[in-house]
This record gives sequence, structure tokens and C-alpha cells, in this order.
Amino acid sequence: MRIGVVTFPGSLDDRDALRGIRLAGAEPVALWHGDHDLQGVDAIVLPGGFSYGDYLRCGAIASFSPIMAEVTEAANRGVPVLGICNGFQMLTEARLLPGGLIRNDHGAFVCRDQRLRVENVSTSWTNGFQASAEIIIPLKNGEGSFIASAEELKRLEGEGRVVFRYLGLNPNGSLNDIAGITNAGGNVVGLMPHPEHATEPGFGPDTPAAMSSGVDGLTFFTSAMATLTAAAG
Amino acid sequence: MPTFVVEVMPKAELLDPQGKAVAGVLARTGKGQFTDVRVGKRFEISTDAAADDATLAAIHEIARDVLSNQVIEDVVSITTLSPSIAEPAGTGKATPGAAPGAATQGDRGIA
Repeated sequence: MRIGVVTFPGSLDDRDALRGIRLAGAEPVALWHGDHDLQGVDAIVLPGGFSYGDYLRCGAIASFSPIMAEVTEAANRGVPVLGICNGFQMLTEARLLPGGLIRNDHGAFVCRDQRLRVENVSTSWTNGFQASAEIIIPLKNGEGSFIASAEELKRLEGEGRVVFRYLGLNPNGSLNDIAGITNAGGNVVGLMPHPEHATEPGFGPDTPAAMSSGVDGLTFFTSAMATLTAAAG
Repeated sequence: MPTFVVEVMPKAELLDPQGKAVAGVLARTGKGQFTDVRVGKRFEISTDAAADDATLAAIHEIARDVLSNQVIEDVVSITTLSPSIAEPAGTGKATPGAAPGAATQGDRGIA
């Protein structure tokens, strides 16, 4: 089972994502923004970072990258695609997910271990979670405030397409405390927090159990593997 | 060689933290009579193509699809700069409508 991670100019967390995929038991495949080649991967991760220095709008220039043609085509035929932070911003810029991400309402960069509730456990990236599971995933962004029109928001809520919601203090002013959403097919998921930073004991977020022990991010990747196994069977 | 000027603003109903921060500076420096600041973007795009309808249509397309994200922003104006039109020195003022048929001003929400 091969999961690709696309590196863009200015990606930061591509290596962490590749590592998280390996720790989850899949084969990580490094993909390049300038190629028109997905190397036959079964699922795709658009990683966090500051592609093109956040010029124009976060994720905007990356969304016009050569490989995004193949990513869009794959997303439209049901291939699991996960956008993390800057990757989420790319997915909204590419119109693979609705809404947009704007500057945090308090104007500051935020970096913290963030509690989330998993609101939808039927997507390609969340099927391994218990319904309404509370998880802890590191969050770090300056422009993570999710916005959408009232009509779009109503549609997302009505169709159960809000996948993650912030618990406790809303860290960035996102409408309805939305941390992540999915497309109608449930195969494309975007979120601002970073599951790849919660994949190995000793290097994850703090949990009530122990410091740096959080590995809730592993379930994102094992969920994708379960989706692919089910599709193959 | 025509130069087009495209101006993009965050949607009016959205919070603009950048503008809010600038407004905070004004309040702190005794310019508190200015209460609301919004920060947008101005693009200047030059072309060797003629300033005809096709070029203008292309500029509108670029403004909508690349320079702005219609979910969070509005294109508030598309005008032209023309070096052939004299402006008082130092004003730096754009010249809307300098090229025939090539200017649309204030068409908020071009889409």
C-alpha cells in the first residue's frame, strides 16, 4: 500500500508525513510538485508548510502546480486525498473542498496541542476513529480561520461534512469551530491541525497520560489503509 | 504597451485582522479619528498585446481565477495605466479608462 506525499517549494512537513505513513505501516512515496506523475500511489497527502512563501494567498500558487492536475483527477475518481494545513489551503484554492482559510482572527500565529472532536468517522481518513472521538493533534498556523458562505456552511453541516471540530478555545476564529471538512465523496479531507506530528510516542503532543505521548495521527493513515484494503477486497 | 491595474479586497463581511492591526496603530498614534482600515491588494500587469476586448476578457479571467479567491475576496476594480496620458507629477494616480473600452471601474464582485 503506497501513500504519496507531494513536496512543493516551501513545504515543511513533507518528511514528517512520509515518516508518519511509514510508522502507520504503509509505504511512503515522495512526489514532486513539478511532475505530472503520481507514481501509481494509492492515496495522496498534501503536506503543511509555506508553499511559495504564502505569496498571493496561502496555497494559491501551489494549487496551480503541474501535479495538481493529476491530484484533481485522482480526487475526482475517489482516491483518498488528505490536505494538512497548507495542504488544506491548497485543496480549497483548487476547489476540491469548499470555503477558504483566512488570517487568524486574533492576528497571531498559534502553536499548541489541540483537542479535536472527530465528527465524521466515515471518511477515507477517519474511519478508524470511534464516533465523536476526542483526539489531540498539534496545531500551528497563522491563517487557519475557516470561512464559508452561510449557504455553504449550512450544506456542510447538513451533509455531515464537518470532519473535525475544535474543542475548548477556538484557536483561530473558524466558523462553527470547524477544524476540518470533507468533500461529498468522503475521500478528500482537509484540516488545519497536523496528524503527522502525532505518530510516535515521545515525539507527539502531550496527553493526560504522559508528555509527548500522543499518537492519534496514526489513525488517519491506518484509516486510509483500511479504505484501500476494503476497496481492493 | 498597456498596463492593467487590478484591485482585490477581502470580502466586506469578513474580518480583516490586517486592517484591524493597522487601525490599532492609528489609535495609538493619535489618529483615532480613523476608525476602520481594510487592507487589499493591487496588481499591475503589463502586456505587449493590444488593449482590445480579447485582452480585457483575459484580464478579467485572470482577476477572477488567479488574482482573487472569490470565496474570500472581491475584485473591486480593473483599470488601465497609460503612459501616454499625462498626470501631474508625483500623484502616482492611475488613469481609469485611458484605453478605449479597456476599463471597468468599481465593478465589485466581477465574476
